[in-house]
Order: sequence, then structure tokens, then C-alpha cells
Amino acid sequence: MQFLLAFVVAAPLLGAVAALLPAPPGLKGKSPEQAVLRHGVTVTGVILAAAVALALGFDRDTPARFQATTDISWIPALNVRIHLGVDGISLPLLLMTALLFFLCALYSYFKLPEGPSPKAFVALLLVLECGTLATFAVLDLLLFFLAFEMVLIPMYFLIARWGGAQRQAAAWKFILYTLLGSVVMLLGLLLIGLNSGTFDMVALASDNGRELTHTSQLLAVLAIGIGLAVKTPMWPLHSWLPDAHTAAPTVGSVLLAGVLLKMGTYGFVRILIPVTPDGMATFAPYLGAFAAIGIVYGSLACLSLARKGNKGDLKRLIAYSSVGHMGFVLLGIASMTPTGINGALFANIAHGLITGLLFFLVGALKDRYGTADLDTLAGVTGAALYGRAPRLGALLAFAAVASLGLPGLAGFWGEMLALFGAFDPARGLSRPAFLTYMAFGAFGTLLTAAYLLIVVRRVCMGDPGARTGSGPALELADVHRYEFAAWTPLVALTVLAGLWPAVLLGLTDPAVQKLLAGGNA
Amino acid sequence: MTALPVLSALSAPPALATAKATTATAATAAATAAPAAGAASVVQSVDWLAITPVVLPAAVALVVLVADLFVPQRLKPLLGWLSVAGLAAATATLLPLRAGDRSTFCLTTDPGACSYTADHFALVIQFLVLAGALVTALLSVTAVQDARMPAGEYWFLLLSSAAGAALLPASRDLATLIVALEVASLPAFALVGMRRGDRLSSEAALKFFLSSVTATAVSLMGVSFVYAATGSLHLTQVADRLEDVPGQLDTLAMAGVALTLVGFAFKTAAVPFHFWVPDTYVGAPLPIAGYLSVIGKAVGFTGLILVTVIAFPAYSDIWGPALAVLAALTMTLGNAAALRQSADRAHSAVRLLAWSSVGQAGYLLVPIAAAAYSGRDQIGSTVAYALMYAAVNLGAFAVAALVARTEPQNRISDYRGLYARRPAAALALAFFLLCLAGLPPGIIGLFAKVTVFQSAVDAGLGWLAVVMAVNVVMALYYYLRWTALLFRAPAPAADGTSEDAAGARTKAPWPLTAAIAVTAVTAVVLSGAPQLVLRFASGSLFPQ
Repeated sequence: MQFLLAFVVAAPLLGAVAALLPAPPGLKGKSPEQAVLRHGVTVTGVILAAAVALALGFDRDTPARFQATTDISWIPALNVRIHLGVDGISLPLLLMTALLFFLCALYSYFKLPEGPSPKAFVALLLVLECGTLATFAVLDLLLFFLAFEMVLIPMYFLIARWGGAQRQAAAWKFILYTLLGSVVMLLGLLLIGLNSGTFDMVALASDNGRELTHTSQLLAVLAIGIGLAVKTPMWPLHSWLPDAHTAAPTVGSVLLAGVLLKMGTYGFVRILIPVTPDGMATFAPYLGAFAAIGIVYGSLACLSLARKGNKGDLKRLIAYSSVGHMGFVLLGIASMTPTGINGALFANIAHGLITGLLFFLVGALKDRYGTADLDTLAGVTGAALYGRAPRLGALLAFAAVASLGLPGLAGFWGEMLALFGAFDPARGLSRPAFLTYMAFGAFGTLLTAAYLLIVVRRVCMGDPGARTGSGPALELADVHRYEFAAWTPLVALTVLAGLWPAVLLGLTDPAVQKLLAGGNA
Repeated sequence: MTALPVLSALSAPPALATAKATTATAATAAATAAPAAGAASVVQSVDWLAITPVVLPAAVALVVLVADLFVPQRLKPLLGWLSVAGLAAATATLLPLRAGDRSTFCLTTDPGACSYTADHFALVIQFLVLAGALVTALLSVTAVQDARMPAGEYWFLLLSSAAGAALLPASRDLATLIVALEVASLPAFALVGMRRGDRLSSEAALKFFLSSVTATAVSLMGVSFVYAATGSLHLTQVADRLEDVPGQLDTLAMAGVALTLVGFAFKTAAVPFHFWVPDTYVGAPLPIAGYLSVIGKAVGFTGLILVTVIAFPAYSDIWGPALAVLAALTMTLGNAAALRQSADRAHSAVRLLAWSSVGQAGYLLVPIAAAAYSGRDQIGSTVAYALMYAAVNLGAFAVAALVARTEPQNRISDYRGLYARRPAAALALAFFLLCLAGLPPGIIGLFAKVTVFQSAVDAGLGWLAVVMAVNVVMALYYYLRWTALLFRAPAPAADGTSEDAAGARTKAPWPLTAAIAVTAVTAVVLSGAPQLVLRFASGSLFPQ
């Protein structure tokens, strides 16, 4: 077990190094490009298999306990240890990450984004995977920071090298925002570590912040919270996200939305709630307020982008919808109740699956039409995807209704539980305030439904015979086989999580209970 | 009234023996004379093994200087290789000393007071100095040939300076300290002005020389005050006697302490003694600029550490706050100036490295200031940071030297698209810059900064930690801007210049490649196993 987890974290890095070396004889493939892309698929596939094996070997009766742990001393001078482990909170995220990376590698095997050599692309993708998997697996504050930072450089290059228009500016904005955020976060982590004498998350969590004074808890929550909020992103620190998503290649967008954003919310749950509960309780109402504003703001931005004549970019629209969805996650966390946090963790996974799918679909649309501009796509009557490419249209409609939170699909449970959490927040938090946030959130779900339905109407419906401009009616390829392969798992899991939420909640709930109780459990 | 105790102190027997000891040490530093035989009671025993790391470079320096007269022109490059071998051998001689328990030139009357001590602190800094000089020498092999600098003089000066710098961390009396400081500095002035016929070079040398000499003079004045107040030059004895200075000498001692610090602060390029740095670095040959930024600084820091935590702990309430303020000012000013460097100005790459080294000096000062509040073991953080800084900064200068071969202007904008032209060099430079910035994957840079933070927090200098945090963020901007530039698409070149670019793809000379490789491998290994240097931050470097 412990080798499995260490393998899952370390293998992508080794794979990245191997990707840069020339292919060994016998694995040369048809061309060097094909060989290295196949290498990417193989490595991510092996990691996915290892992650699945890890999940199968995971003792589901005690999900609150850290399993498959490794604990080796690394830098005794600073008391930094290589401490890995998974519990019910991190296991689903780990699995989802491994899955999304595999699907992305598979997708790029057939459809590599325009840019320089595929060798660098695969290597960067694997470094990115190592960083994200490590973020969810490490149990040491400084290692968490390292893993958190590790994703910046590959993501920067994925956007700056393989992206679309405005990519340099978007990549630079991405790195500046997240970097400034994480430097502030590092200060907070150091404050905790140096004050309590250990960087070990398990020890800190069972301590429940008793070693820390109220002031240092407040400062730590503020500093770490800002770093995590930039990554999440929380309104008003979100403005890097739409640009990054618009410029990133399809695979980059999928990973950014599906995995990278989760690192921020995971940090809230894993670090701030157990380690600095007092500070978190002080800031929770503000976090909730920002979350509620984010929900409404994201939806309104999407609504405006979806309107006719506003030249809304579909990718930008989904990016803004992410701001709204992550608002629900933050609201659930801010309630500091088991219900809310379970909802937040559920919404995390749901958002990863659904938004990943949406970005895949929009990427496919952009490839077919050459643009993601909604007005150009829709023309006068609508893009008529149902008529021109019925399967693609159906999938898009499916992803849209899943995203708006249709009961029976994954998007529903997380947001409902988050709202429940806000309805009855933890003791000591102002109930009227949270009720207001809940009302905002509920209003946000309505707006979400509105813009997603508008998108479906404008993209999927319309007159298939209508001509765009002066050219002849477009002939569109329907879903390719490799696209099916990449998208089906996401669809299946969305349905599964929607119909059988207990499979996730059963894992997260005991772990969340333990987090909130700390050493008293 | 006050003259009387001073006189009596001067005539005290230990002082006489001290003077004798210092002349002997100074003599070995230049390796000119064998210890003279004298009356049995004042002859000090010499542990030749302990002083080999200092004597060897000095001896090789003399050999090179003499050999230069007889060696024909075509064999001159051999002098360079001889120097490289000498420095490598000197580095290797540290190995048998690693137990760190040797001292020599001890007073015959008081075996506890020694002028030369090879404790762990001395050995680590000697390693830094000699290994740094070795990398500098590798860089210089091609620079000496390309710029047609006089080989014999160049190597003699470099080796003498290295010998002085290696002597300094082991010296445990004020006279040896000053002599070592000057042996390290005087050749450096000449090295800066080595580019003959270059107005910038001579101007830089003169600027460096004048300001440095003034600082030394002030420092000497301070030493004489301290000597007057305590009657001893040995650091440990000074420390003991400063504890209870007679009332009427208190002001004198205090002034002495303050003035002594000035001289060392100058070498570290701490604000307000920093103004010579950018012009000197730009005017100097590139390897020498790298040498000054690492070994020159190490010399200053070592001196500062020795006088503060060994000799003057009694006055820690004076130098502690002063150094803390100095650290804050130095890092802020250095980083602010580095931020303002425009990428298109001539020599902006070296200028940026110069200002960034001023900023880094600020971080290095933090643990020394902290040592005033929470014990001298804090300076381990400075040592750890200095080791990291030495490797990556020399590496950055090595890549700059490589780029300067094809782009003599050495502007930052010349680094645009370096990844396309020289991927390995670009990756190495990116790694060095990230280490300097303290950003993953430059893990060692990050953790070295963390230990410095830790020392500030432990000492209760919260405000300094905050100032440092702000500075680290400021510095991120210019380091990252440069790093990002390396990976940009190359600037669209006019037709005429594209052939130049093809010509630029000539092979890099292998000593330069070796220097980059050595520093890059060191930085990468340290990032994987930071404990290698960080252990100095957690233990004690001085014998208890």
C-alpha cells in the first residue's frame, strides 16, 4: 500500500524525465512524436491503475485514518519530513486527478494542441500531474507548499506555449497571481510551523491549534487563506482565471478547472479547518460572504456572456461558471459544519468531472468551428448541434444540465449540501448572515440554470440548414471514437455520483468529522 | 588620566606575544617566510597541516608568478591549469581537517588563545572560498585568453586573493583578521582593473580601491581603540575583557566596536557602503565580478561574524539592532534598485546581478543580527545561506559569461529566447535564478530562506521577518521576468543578424561548460538533499 502511494506520487516525475530521453529501441513507434505521446498515455494509465488499486486496497471502514503512509525524515534541520498518506478526503481527489490526467493524455494522443514539440508537452503534463497528486498526498506543510508551487511552471508553459490568442499575457497573469498568493501562503505556513514547532499536518490537526495563540491563528488564516483563495479562485481574486482558461489549450483548461482549482479548496479543508479552527471561525463569515458574492457574480457574468451580441467566448463563460461553482464549495467550507464540508468536497469532485467534460466539449466545438465565440457559433438561428452533430449536442446538453445541478446527477448533491450547511452553520457563527448567503446561493442556482439553458438553446438548437455568412452550410464531424473514449468515463461517473452519492460521502464524512473534532475525537 | 591604563595594557606580556603571533601568521599568509626561530619562550608551534588550505594557494601563486617569467607565450595557458589544480588541491586538503579540532599559533603563555583555528566554521567557509575560487578559475581560463589579459599576473592575483580569503575565517585575532582582509582585497582591486585600455575597468578599480581603503582605515582605527581598551588582539580574550571594561574606557571600546564593524560592512556591500558594487561589477572582467559577489562577500560576512559573535558579544545590544536595521535597509535598497533595471541598458544583466547580490547580502545579515538576541549558533543560517548563494550566484555569472561571448553588451534582453539557442544553459540559468528567488523547483533557495526566517523569528525580530518577506516578493518579480524571458520566442531578427545567430551556436569552451555543470549539479543535488547545507543551520559551528 505505502509503495503504491509513493509510486503514484513519484512515477509522473520519473515519467517526465523519461519523456525527455530518446525512446528505447522497440518502443520507437511510427515517429518520435507518436512514441512520446504514447509514453504519456502509458505513464498516466499506469498511474491511474495504481490509484485504482490504492482505492481498492483502501480500508473503507476507517476512512478517517491515514492509510498507505510513508514517513521519512528529509531535512532534520527544519524538521521537514516526507510524510505521505491518504484518507477519505484525499482519496477521491487523488483518483479524480489520476483519471483526468489519463483522459487528457489520451485525448492529446489523438488531438495534440498546436505548439512546439510534443516531447515537452508530455513532460510538462507529467510534472503537472506529479505536483497535483503530491498536493493531495502530502501531510507536511512545507511539502504541501512545494507541491502547490510545482504546478505553476508546467501550467505556465502549457498556456504560454500551446495556448490560443493572448496566451503570453494570460500565462503571465496566471503565474503572477498564483505566485503572489502562494508567497503569502508560505508566510502563513511558516507562522504555523515555527510557532508550533512542527510542520506535520497530522500532528497539527490533532492539536487543533491549541499551541497557537489567537493572534497567530488569525494571521495564519489570513495569509494561507489568501493564497488558497487565489487558487480556488474566490471572488474578488478570480480575475486570472477567465483569461487563463480562454487562452489555455483544451487539455490545459480541463486540468486547470478539474484539478488545479481543487488544490485551493482542499487546502482550506486539510489545513485551515483543523489546524487553526479559531482563526477560521473568525474569518468564516467573511469567507461565506465572498463565496455568496462569487456565486451570484459568476452567474451574472455568465448570463451576460451568454446573451446575444455580447461576443461571449464559451471557454470564458465556463471559466466564470467555475467561479460560481467554487463559490458553493467555499460556502460549504465557511459553514464549518460536517454537512457543509461534505457538500464542499462532493461539489469539488462533481465540478471536476462536469467542468472537465464541458471544457472537453467546448474544445471539440472550437476545433470544429475554429472559434468558441458564441455569437459566431450561433449565427442567426443557433448552432444547431442537435441537427448537425446530434451526439455532440446531446453530450453538451447533458453536461450543461449536470452543471446546473439537476437532481440525479453529480452537480446536485454538493451544492445542496453546501446550502444545507449554510442553513445551519456551526455554533458561534452568525446564523442570519449565513441564511442570507444561503439565499444568495439559491438565487445563484437559478441564474446558473438560466445561463446554461441559454447556452444549450443557442448552441444545440437552431436551423441546421442555415448558412453561416455567405459560405455553404457546415458539415460537422460528430463525436470521434477517441472523444468517446475520453468523455465516457466522465459521463458515467457523473451519473454514478448523482445516483449513488453515498459512495463518496461514506468516504468523506468520517474524515470530516475527525477533522472538525481534532484530537478530541 | 586615561592614558595610563592603555600604556600598561600595551606593555603587558600577552600583547607582545600576540604581536609576534600575528606577524608569523601574516607571513604564512603571503607564504614568504618560514617561521623565524626566536627565544624558546615565544616561539609558537605551527601545525602545518591545519594551515595547508591557506599556504597552498599562496605557494602556487608565487610559483605562477615566477614561472610566468620563463614560460614561453604558447604555454601560458598552462599557468591557468596550474592554478586550477592548486585550488582543487587546496580544497582537497580540507578533508583531513574535517574533525575541526585543530588550532595553531597559540600563545605560549595561554594555549587557549590561538591566532589560527580550523574549527567547523572556518572549514565550511574555507570550503566555500576555495571551491568558489575554483569555479572562478574555471571561468577565467577562457576569459584570460579571450581578453588577452596578462596570464601570470592574473593568476597570481586571483590565487593570492583566494589565500587571503581562506585565511580570514580561521583567524582568531584582530591583526590577522585585518591582514587577511587586505590580502583578500588588494589583489581584487588589481583584478577589477585588469581589462587594459578599458576606461570602465580602470574607473571601477579606482572606485573600488578608494572606498575600500577608506573603510579599512576606519576599521583599523576601530581595532586600535579595541586594543587600547582591552589590551589584547585575540578574539576570545577581547570578548572576555570587554565584559568588564573600566568605566572611563567604555566609550572608547564602544567606538572601537562600531568602527571595526564599518570595515566589514563595506566588504559585504551593506547599505550605505554599497554604492561601489554595480559599477565595479560592470567594469570588472565577468569572472572577477562573480568572484567579488561570492568570495568578496563571504570575506566580509566571515569577518563580521567573527568580530560580532566571537569578539564583541558583550556589546550585542549595540551591534544587534544596528545590523538588523542594516539588513533591512540593504535588502530593500538592493531589491528596489534591481527592480528598476531596464532590460535594454548595456550590461544590464551584470547590473541586475550586482543589485540582486546587494539584496541577498541583506538576507545574509539577518541571522547575524539575530545572533545578538538568541545566541551565536544562529549564524549557522548565514553559513547555510551563503553556501547556497555561492553555488547559484557563481552559476548565474558563469552563464552570463557564456552569453557575453556572443553578446558583449550583455543586456537582459539578449537573453530572450536563450532556451532556443542553448537549452542547457538556459535551463541552468533558470534554475539558478529560481534558487535565488527561493521558488520551487529551486528548493534549496526556498529552504535556505526559511532558515533565515526562522532565525529572525526565533530572535523575536518579527518586523525583520516581515521586511524580508516583502523583499522576497519584490525580488520574485525581477528574477521571474528574467527567467520568463529565457523561454520566450527569440526576437524576430533582421536577415543580417540571423547568420550571426547561426555563428553564435559555436561550441561553448569546455572550462565554461564545466563551471556551469558543476554549479548546476551542486544546486540540483542540494535541492534534493537540502540537509547537506542546512545542517549547519541547526548545529553549532564553533567549539563550545
